Amino acid sequence: MKKKFFAMVMAGVMAVSVLAGCGSNNNTPAASGSGAASGGDSAQTFKIGTIGPLSGPYAIYGQAVANGAQIAVDEINAAGGDFKFELSAQDDEGDGEKSVNAYNNLMDWGMQVLVGPTTTGASVAVAAKCYEERTFMLTPSASSVDVTAGKDNVFQVCFTDPNQGTGSADYIAEHFAGENVAVIYQNDNPYSQGIRDTFVAEASAQGVNVVSETTFTADTASDFSVQINAAKSAGATVMFLPIYYQEASIILKQSQAAGYEPTFFGVDGMDGILTMEGFDPSLAEGVMLLTPFSADAADERTQTFVSAYQAKYGETPNQFAADAYDGVYIVYEALKAAGCTADMSPSDICEALVGVMTTISVDGLTGQGMTWNANGEVAKAPMAVVIKDGVYVTPEN
Amino acid sequence: MTKRKKRSLKKTTVVDFATYLGVTVLFVVMYSLQSSGSLTRSLSGLLIPICCYMSMAVSLNLTVGILGELSLGHAGFMSVGAFSGIIAAMSLQDAIPSAGLRLAIAMVVGAIFAAIVGFLVGAPVLRLQGDYLAIVTLAFGEIIKELMNCLIVGVDERGMHLLFNLTGSKTADDLHLSETGTAIIKGAQGAVGIKTISTFTAGFVLVMVTLFVVLNLVRSRQGRAIMAIRDNEIAAQSIGLHVTSYKLMAFVTSAALAGAAGALYGLNYSSLQATKFNFNTSILILVFVVLGGLGNIWGSLVAAAALTILPEALRGMDDLRMLIYSIVLILVMLATNAPSMKAFFSRVQAAFGKKSHEGGKGNAV
Repeated sequence: MKKKFFAMVMAGVMAVSVLAGCGSNNNTPAASGSGAASGGDSAQTFKIGTIGPLSGPYAIYGQAVANGAQIAVDEINAAGGDFKFELSAQDDEGDGEKSVNAYNNLMDWGMQVLVGPTTTGASVAVAAKCYEERTFMLTPSASSVDVTAGKDNVFQVCFTDPNQGTGSADYIAEHFAGENVAVIYQNDNPYSQGIRDTFVAEASAQGVNVVSETTFTADTASDFSVQINAAKSAGATVMFLPIYYQEASIILKQSQAAGYEPTFFGVDGMDGILTMEGFDPSLAEGVMLLTPFSADAADERTQTFVSAYQAKYGETPNQFAADAYDGVYIVYEALKAAGCTADMSPSDICEALVGVMTTISVDGLTGQGMTWNANGEVAKAPMAVVIKDGVYVTPEN
Repeated sequence: MTKRKKRSLKKTTVVDFATYLGVTVLFVVMYSLQSSGSLTRSLSGLLIPICCYMSMAVSLNLTVGILGELSLGHAGFMSVGAFSGIIAAMSLQDAIPSAGLRLAIAMVVGAIFAAIVGFLVGAPVLRLQGDYLAIVTLAFGEIIKELMNCLIVGVDERGMHLLFNLTGSKTADDLHLSETGTAIIKGAQGAVGIKTISTFTAGFVLVMVTLFVVLNLVRSRQGRAIMAIRDNEIAAQSIGLHVTSYKLMAFVTSAALAGAAGALYGLNYSSLQATKFNFNTSILILVFVVLGGLGNIWGSLVAAAALTILPEALRGMDDLRMLIYSIVLILVMLATNAPSMKAFFSRVQAAFGKKSHEGGKGNAV
């Protein structure tokens, strides 16, 4: 009995010490952080948090968001204006529970504005928390309307799913009139399912002929021969892929191997396919996609961003990085417009920002003159591009 | 005095009561810290998930440690409990204004549905000897995930509408809800817009109920029968025990408790996707059980709490976080199992025991 009792005491001590360790870990930065924030003399330092999957299967998106935001913060700090930013990026593995944990952790750190989370499911969970606690949230890349619906302090940088779905359907109806369309989507992914739903609804309204609809899940995303054959035998000449680019790259490869070459049409998740490791860019020749950002755009701002990103992280930024970069600048503009100061509490800043978000207009990498409606949705024009010789170009027809 | 009393109580009883007491004391401490605002947000945000995982670990321990059958789909029962609980709570939103009562009903509904599913899974498989339960529960976890992905549920004033989206071509619009209706579960997009009604107190009650059910079952006549089956199935059969029904009893109880934990978990977040309850989650809970010790109930509690807090406590380490997490896991496994470490701990224990003997008897329980 003594042994058992001893073991239990030890376990109790361990548990308490773990708890204590956790508490002190989180307290220290918060304390030192608030000191730094109030101690700044002329320049004000705001604490910005971002959340995304920095590990796990969606890590590429979370890292892009964290990197893009970091570049914007570095630029703003280097410019030496009245506002300075301090950024903390936290990992959520794309999971709602861990995302809320990450949010709580950031709040302990002293975060004043959240530029995140990255993925849709996690964003819905965190958005509810932000709404409840009055923290301003601007998600760079969570595109579902569920993220912003009914929450006045949650805004998006990217297009919403309906926006992309209907945009794609309209574009296909206009430019590929009378052709047969096949859809392959991931039916355990909120992003993919959301775009597919609005696409199909708009397609039937526009009289687009959807001849084949096939699905896959995260567990079956390594072989698409069944889906491709279904599309082929249904006689589809356009294939709509509202999915992420890893899966899309496999579909492109297997289609070519099967001698089936329809026009592939993707959405913003397709962005990044050209820079994917081990992918032959010639396979993507002729692929069309709706994207707000192109790393090859000639304007100076994009070029500066791309070269800074390449210098720092050794890869070409994708649209997620650009969204996060814009997100930080949007917060910057909004803070300026609302006249916030760094000693304001997150909830005061939230109310001030909510007041100005619908009135400001921001030029960013992913759109000129972006404005927001009271629902938190952004207004910017989706741009269709076609891949030619390994770069995005504006389609001719 | 105390010493005589101690002898009259059985060792297991003392451990059981110490477990109840430990959980209660921790709850009181955490609750008062939380209400006085001296708890960090990350820790107070972890309290409810920790309660859920504790309950999950203890209930899985009933199957793995006490019954001796390997289950690899415990998250599947959590999923069933979570989604049925969410449906119950959301559809009763207008009928029952009290959030606490709604939560209680949701957890009971979650437990009932998970128990039914547990019975359906267990009834055919538990008749067999061998590792079949592991294989079947592994498949069950995946099947539940896919089924939940197909599920579209909405509610309006005409009642509940349910749709199985097997072809993948249906959406929440196909429910044809009225203006006032709300879609509760939208297939792959999962349940969104959940009213979060879970409380730490409910979590504590759940853990206590789980402990009460599992510990009493284990110490009862039925529990001894279950452990006899674990230790030697043929011998148990030979003395006339109905092996299948005892196995089912343990397995269904375990599933029901997991369902209640799932309901509490689901109602703690405003969005939930079926993919959350994947194979990794099942394994995570199995890790709690193995780390805490098979058949060791309070061990499961400590392991669940420690392994839920650890990754959050390591956030300061940035990129090294998951690396350190896994190293800690390996070290703990080694520390608790390596013979040299065991010898070391028993030496420490012997020294400590001697000291406490000399240091007066007031310290004993």
